[in-house]
Amino acid sequence: MTDIAFLLNGTPVRITDAPPTRTLLDFLREERGLKGTKEGCNEGDCGACTVMVTDEAGPRALNACILFLPQLAGKAVRTVEGLAAPDGSLHPVQTAMVEHHGSQCGFCTPGFIMSMAAGHAAGRKDHDDILAGNLCRCTGYAPIIRAAKAAEAASVPDWIATERSFIPAQISSGGEAEGMGGQTAPLSSPPMRPTTKDALATAYAAHPQATLIAGATDVGLWVTKQLRDLDPVIFLNGVADMKGITREAETLRIGAGATINDLLDAVRGPIPGLAAMLRRFASHQVRNAATVGGNIANGSPIGDGPPALIAMGATLHLRQGDARRDLALEDFFLDYRKQDRRPGEFVEAVTIPDQAPALRCYKLSKRFDQDISAVCGCFNIAVEDGIVTAARIAFGGMAAIPKRAAQVEAALLGKPWTMEAVTAALPAFAQDFQPLSDMRASSAYRLKAAQNMCLRYFLDMSGMATDVLEVSA
Amino acid sequence: MSMGKALPHDAAPLHVTGQARYVDDIPLPADALHLAFGLSQKAHAEIVSMDLSDVRAASGVVAVFSAEDWPDMPDCSPSIGDEPLLAVGKVAYVGHPMFIVVATSHLAARKAARLGRIEYRELTPLLTVDDAMAAGSRFEGGPVIWAKGDAAAAIASAPVVIEGRFEVGGQEHFYLEGQIAAALPQEGGDMIVHSSTQHPTEIQHKVAHALHVPMNAVRVEVRRMGGGFGGKESQGNHLAIACALAARATGRPCKMRYDRDDDMVVTGKRHDLRILYRVGADADGRILGVEFTHLFRCGWSQDLSLPVADRAMLHADNAYFLPAIRIESHRLKTNTQSNTAYRGFGGPQGMIGIERVLDHLAFAVGREPLDVRRLNFYREMAEAPGALPPDPRDIYAERMGGRPGNAVDLTSEGAPGPAPGAEIQTTPYHMPVEDFIGHGLVGELERTSDYRARKAAIAEWNAGSPVLKRGIALTPVKFGISFTLTWLNQAGALVHVYQDGSVHLNHGGTEMGQGLFQKVAQVAAGVFGLDAGQVKITATDTAKVPNTSATAASSGSDLNGMAARNACLTIRARLADFLAERHQAHPSEVRFEEGRVIVAAADYAFEEVAALAYQARISLSSTGYYATPKITWDRVRGQGRPFFYFAYGAAVTEVVIDTLTGENRILRTDILHDTGSSLNPALDVGQVEGAYVQGSGWLTTEELVWDAKGRLTTHAPSTYKIPACSDRPRIFNVALWNRPNPEDAVGRSKAVGEPPFMLGISTLMALSDAVAACGDGHIYPALDAPATAERVLAAVERVRGDV
Repeated sequence: MTDIAFLLNGTPVRITDAPPTRTLLDFLREERGLKGTKEGCNEGDCGACTVMVTDEAGPRALNACILFLPQLAGKAVRTVEGLAAPDGSLHPVQTAMVEHHGSQCGFCTPGFIMSMAAGHAAGRKDHDDILAGNLCRCTGYAPIIRAAKAAEAASVPDWIATERSFIPAQISSGGEAEGMGGQTAPLSSPPMRPTTKDALATAYAAHPQATLIAGATDVGLWVTKQLRDLDPVIFLNGVADMKGITREAETLRIGAGATINDLLDAVRGPIPGLAAMLRRFASHQVRNAATVGGNIANGSPIGDGPPALIAMGATLHLRQGDARRDLALEDFFLDYRKQDRRPGEFVEAVTIPDQAPALRCYKLSKRFDQDISAVCGCFNIAVEDGIVTAARIAFGGMAAIPKRAAQVEAALLGKPWTMEAVTAALPAFAQDFQPLSDMRASSAYRLKAAQNMCLRYFLDMSGMATDVLEVSA
Repeated sequence: MSMGKALPHDAAPLHVTGQARYVDDIPLPADALHLAFGLSQKAHAEIVSMDLSDVRAASGVVAVFSAEDWPDMPDCSPSIGDEPLLAVGKVAYVGHPMFIVVATSHLAARKAARLGRIEYRELTPLLTVDDAMAAGSRFEGGPVIWAKGDAAAAIASAPVVIEGRFEVGGQEHFYLEGQIAAALPQEGGDMIVHSSTQHPTEIQHKVAHALHVPMNAVRVEVRRMGGGFGGKESQGNHLAIACALAARATGRPCKMRYDRDDDMVVTGKRHDLRILYRVGADADGRILGVEFTHLFRCGWSQDLSLPVADRAMLHADNAYFLPAIRIESHRLKTNTQSNTAYRGFGGPQGMIGIERVLDHLAFAVGREPLDVRRLNFYREMAEAPGALPPDPRDIYAERMGGRPGNAVDLTSEGAPGPAPGAEIQTTPYHMPVEDFIGHGLVGELERTSDYRARKAAIAEWNAGSPVLKRGIALTPVKFGISFTLTWLNQAGALVHVYQDGSVHLNHGGTEMGQGLFQKVAQVAAGVFGLDAGQVKITATDTAKVPNTSATAASSGSDLNGMAARNACLTIRARLADFLAERHQAHPSEVRFEEGRVIVAAADYAFEEVAALAYQARISLSSTGYYATPKITWDRVRGQGRPFFYFAYGAAVTEVVIDTLTGENRILRTDILHDTGSSLNPALDVGQVEGAYVQGSGWLTTEELVWDAKGRLTTHAPSTYKIPACSDRPRIFNVALWNRPNPEDAVGRSKAVGEPPFMLGISTLMALSDAVAACGDGHIYPALDAPATAERVLAAVERVRGDV
């Protein structure tokens, strides 16, 4: 039997029979009558359901629509109703949003408020990034940004700043256990929530048919959109020893449970080429939940993590029970949604070099922020004495799997690093890739863009401005 | 005192604390049921059989309804009765509702709705305008044609002729709150409906029709919507009707909300269209004659397509005098979602055609586009009747005089002078353009945005930048204000003053975020000399104000503000009469100011007056009514004065494109927009900023894609990309023109909801300018919309002669 305890707007909550894929959003709105948190898309793309979740790492914004209750165990959840002080005085971002006319229809506003409050608590001033996962259809965002800036200087209210220190005491103090109203049929097995890698290995080996849930940013949609009943499930976010990012010799070993934002924070200084890509990976809320391991194990051909990691020469660490094996990341992807992963085997970690000065990742999507790549091209080419000595080029969106451009690499290797040689290598793209046409891009455009990204890489490494973000009016 | 203040949205404190209540937040009795539609998976097919046994057997299902259950299938259409609630015999698009599941939870209903086993006999679907043209599939008998002068002859004898074909995509509304309704059965067969709708009276009417009861048996209440944008003018009918029928059948409250994907698959969107144009001009770019053909993809049912396509024709001139014009408008029936109202209601589709023409023409004659635009502008307003605003050209000249370095000689660019006695120019539909302010407004924006100097600097920068190219464009907006269906231009209000002096305001307009309620409250408060905060804003309710028009056509504050004002004036006159008699004064001497009522030597608090009037048995409640004056319109002939006045604006947008991928960003936008004497500048600026970004989204990232089987493949925010935070212009300057409306609109303000949407057209034209910078001036970019990175790259390759 599962037993989940967490703080909800400062009050302990205990749930004893939670269906494992009951979302926080439905719980708030349907069980708790907390209707301030809105459903806009039910897939983590609009941010109207954003709540603030605090744990030992501090407060962060998450999408409640694809957040399952067991993921909240031991944490503190604040919704828009719980953001003002106990005496009713507004949080600085709430005041600023009123004063700067940041709401019109108001439906997206609670989500914006919670993203802004989490950003405010973290001292963040990169509002475009913090708010990339919150869509507003009315304001054109200008007044929201004015409000976010206006609130920057205000100090973090006590009831936010101190929340994390109260969590364990409050939760252990109890709270009445409550049922879930029989929303779904009884499960054949309760959700498993291992707290160590070893426990995970044992549980998964015993239940290889289980669905592993880390951040639930994709699995969440299996539930909210495909309406699948997942059973059994193993939640990974309690596996504390799988989250670390550690430096070993000249490598970074990234625990599979590290979130994308954890990785972004770790590489911002040492690997700017990777950080630039991760900044455009989904949205802030999604990066706060999604994990590096999940992004790999999921096997999506349009995930943004794998091409970058492949271009860096990443090594994947897999584990099944006590058995471990390593393989080059690109070898993990066999075919569309088919990976070299055995029953009961999970991604434990991935290792990358601790720097990659020649790495550049180009993400091409209809919208700059919070979009899925039409083409994601990652280049990492070594040049010595004017000659290409090593080339790793990997693409997402160009094939059924994240894939290296082997023919292009071969065409460049040993050649002089010149525009002529790069241009001469471009036809090889058509040998490496026969991309498909879909709602994101046509096949011809994908191929052309991929080739042009190669040209861009050459120009970029030559110091020429090639990024629209470098230009100002 | 209250009008004109930059007050926050009345509900802002509720928005930021999560207390603002939307339909899904209204607590329903515990026995409430939830509905979901089973949807067609085929674009065009006969329904051979429908096996719903699994649906009925699913967990939580209480009832299932399909065409068999209702031989007299209720209709959902806002126009000609061609939208049965559920498909009867045939499905006409992917997403066509086929059956209704009624279950104990939203999730249970959604799950069960997928369990229908349908056997289809597929028919050939008509998916594109080409399919529909070839099949002659259309609404109305044939194309609608309006003409003024002899366009063909003018083009035939013109020194310069251009022609082109322009594809313009549709647009998903993406209101953050999806469609939703709830129905609560009452005694005696009455029904209360909560609906997220811009048109409560339409909901009332359709629900009453479906239930076979008179309209007085149905009450519809709307406190607020989480966005509408036209998408809740007719598209909420299905949910409200379904809920009402299910509520009657089960005797229990019923609620239905579309999941986002269902919402995007089921409901109509902005009409996409193809525009064909042929234009004759002189060597300077002065237009002599234009021929437009509009091919509108209307979808499977008529909905509001006819007035939408009409309004496109009515905006085919935008700000330009077109001496000879012929417009042929095809309203094509296809097996796709039934396209519907969307902010601008066809106006953007019409306007973008002529802006494309001006862009193309300037390219063809090798002149600065702004000069060619200005050359074709309507003549500036001369003497307007009534209150005279300052002539903006005088202000412009004065300021220019002080800054000779930036002076631009307007006359050399063809700007006509006021020309006393000159004939007033007319639109293609023969309406005199009496209030044109384009010369003054655009001149001012040109100066404040530093357009000329930036244009020159960009050209220089582009010369040294092989990969990245910048572009800039200025486009104007002239948008006609009034419903073209003349009878809709009316509104009612109901105002109560209670004996404690508090005021209760109700009117027929709905709040979808635009701040209508606050604006009308400001008008009402102003009549009584109170603060807006002393006026209680209440939910739109068909039981309080009957026979309302949709909150649409930007008309909300014009109509309801006037109606509320009239109601308040009635009450104020009663109070003034009462006090005048009491103090032996003339009623006109009674002043209502700053919460006080002053007459002779007496000075009352407003609440004292209310109490005294109550005790003196004076009625403190009144309705108010307003009908827009001056308008007449013959739709068939395409002639008359469909609009009370025009709202104006202009935008300068600067962009940068990446010629390797077509990626682009808006770098800076400067807007000057005409809201007359603004009722609330903060709300108006908010409308302008939001509309511009939404308009730019329409023309850049918002791409709707259907596959070969007619399935919409962009049916969620994961695939359909409205602008995000970082897509707004990095520099974003918005100013209001702020001169009174020459017409007697409420507070001399102008409507603001739709007109600024079309400022976004400057984004497409700036992209076109940047693409043109990649070529040598021989090949016009001909950039289609939306200008996704893919289309921009294709245009770059085109102007370079790579294709």
